[in-house]
Amino acid sequence: MFKLWITILKDLRILTRDRIGLALMFIMPIVLAIVIASVQNSTFELVNENKIPLLLYNEDNQEVSLTLEDALNKVGMFNIHKPGDIKNSAALKSMVNTKSALVAIDIPPHYSDLILKNANNVSRKALKDLDLPVDSTISYPDSITAITIYYHPVLQESFRKSIDGGLQSALQAVQSKYIVKSLYHHINNENIPDSLENQIVVNQTPVRTIAVSKNQELGIPNATQHNIPAWTIFAMFFIVISLGSSVVREKLNGSIIRLRTLPTHFGIAIISKQLTYILVTFLQAAVIFSIGRWLFPSMGLPALNVPNDIGALIIVTIICGWCAASFAICVGVFANTQEQANGFGAVSIVLMAAIGGLLVPSFAMPASFKYIIQLSPLHWCLEAYYGLFLEGGKLKDILSNIIPLLTITLLLQILSLFGLKRKNLI
Amino acid sequence: MTDAVLIENLDFSYKRSNIQLISSLNLKINKGDRFGLFGPNGAGKTTLMNLMTGLITYTSGSIQLFGNEIKNNRNKIKKLLGFVPQDFSFYHELSPVENMEFFGAWAGLDKKRIKEKTDELLSILSLNHVRNTAVKNFSGGMKRRVNLAIAVMHEPEILFLDEPTVGVDIQVRYAIMDYLKSLNKKGTTLVYTSHQLKEAEDLCNTVAMIDEGKIIIHDNLHNLLKDHQQNGLEGLYLNLTGRAYRD
Repeated sequence: MFKLWITILKDLRILTRDRIGLALMFIMPIVLAIVIASVQNSTFELVNENKIPLLLYNEDNQEVSLTLEDALNKVGMFNIHKPGDIKNSAALKSMVNTKSALVAIDIPPHYSDLILKNANNVSRKALKDLDLPVDSTISYPDSITAITIYYHPVLQESFRKSIDGGLQSALQAVQSKYIVKSLYHHINNENIPDSLENQIVVNQTPVRTIAVSKNQELGIPNATQHNIPAWTIFAMFFIVISLGSSVVREKLNGSIIRLRTLPTHFGIAIISKQLTYILVTFLQAAVIFSIGRWLFPSMGLPALNVPNDIGALIIVTIICGWCAASFAICVGVFANTQEQANGFGAVSIVLMAAIGGLLVPSFAMPASFKYIIQLSPLHWCLEAYYGLFLEGGKLKDILSNIIPLLTITLLLQILSLFGLKRKNLI
Repeated sequence: MTDAVLIENLDFSYKRSNIQLISSLNLKINKGDRFGLFGPNGAGKTTLMNLMTGLITYTSGSIQLFGNEIKNNRNKIKKLLGFVPQDFSFYHELSPVENMEFFGAWAGLDKKRIKEKTDELLSILSLNHVRNTAVKNFSGGMKRRVNLAIAVMHEPEILFLDEPTVGVDIQVRYAIMDYLKSLNKKGTTLVYTSHQLKEAEDLCNTVAMIDEGKIIIHDNLHNLLKDHQQNGLEGLYLNLTGRAYRD
């Protein structure tokens, strides 16, 4: 134990004297967590709380198009502006082009007439099909001129689809309203009462939104809840820069040669490095979780809800740290230079983060990635953390994530031992 | 007298290599000798050093340290030997005290003994005034002394030295040589290799020359110089190995 303790002490001393390495391991991930959580939180708010700014140019300005404006307002996702200085579609387009607005809608002239005519014809056709008395022949109207949406190209597809969905919903409501009105008028020769119109047109089925969690106490997940575990894992695996280089440095500066002539098994050095860096990753997690819990609210970001099963959180953090240390040692064993270790280490972590669901949610990935995802240890770390942070699970609920993570860790250990043996270092 | 090193019929080549680096080599180093191993670049000195210290494993022949076959008694022979590699083999971020604490523990010393030996060696090698300064700030000579101090902490029976004074000034060279002689007087066998032949003449009492993986001469230094009618080791060396480039 004395040898192991002295070796850990040696590793800690070297680590704490590498200020750039420490900055990379602690400050960078903290900055990353704060920036990404802030950015994603504003995206969450944009979609869920804030409204998308929308320019509207109404060339019709009659009953139906004004009703459509009202319906768009009621969709709840748009903040509608109607600038008075727009005189034609080209001006509207130009405003989008110059980024005055990212989205604009152009309602064509005579839109109301066409919609009313269409509603009248649909209702007459319905009455004829029901063998009810109806005026002479059905004349089909001219095709309805399209409503145009202008997007700036920077707008992401997910946003465009949300806006399309919102517009389609408003259009559907307006068209249905006028068909129902027309139908009622043809049958009863009077206007439909507002209360009845509302009952027919307005959706009567309430929708509840519930986050399904094992722990019923958990609320709706927010950006912090998603981001903090993800970027903590990223930070843990980024120790590859420090630890991988440390292993290479030891090989290159010849200290490993001296160690091999001393009567102590080299495994002590490997165990020491793992324990030291598991401690580092644990501290990283503690610092980032604390920032999420206590600092984020003062920055206007949602606070991190810490899981109830703290024991499971500690175990998962230790296992993730062990896996990260094993990966870094493996990189260090096979790399011949510090440049190789740093370059390969950094790129591989970004790649494993990408395929592991840290950058893009795994459910949104192509089907062909189904098996590749499982090769990334970061994926299993993330799933284990999400099981605790988002689903409110306990240790037994996330065993299916911990077992593959431990398997990958053991494979990395075996690979490192094979590399050390092959390079005649043990 | 017990042999410090006994090598018999040793052959060695790296796996997947056809080049025979050591060929039917026999060598005996007596306990208490100050033995010098010399030869041109690529002659097999470093390979032989690595074989004697157990850093690489042989498949044919035998190497015994104080009667213990190396490949069967690795842990036992590691307690008997000390090694001063040519490269600085310590942690530059740590101070001499911290390096000696770490390597002393790995050599099997307890906390008390580590402190005693650290104080003693830093004093002998004039490193006391920088005992807590990171080695990366040291001159080449100071680093060489740290390299040596670490190797002798556990008082090895036999000390292997690979170019222990390369790149140091004359004062440090004399200090290191004096210390090595004092160690030898206390019973430590020295196995030394270097291209500093004047220094070797001063230190070594027994000399062997290796070329193309074979020992070409091995005897008491005085006898060798007399037999080959040479005034110094440099003349003997050139006489036996020639002036042509060898690497």
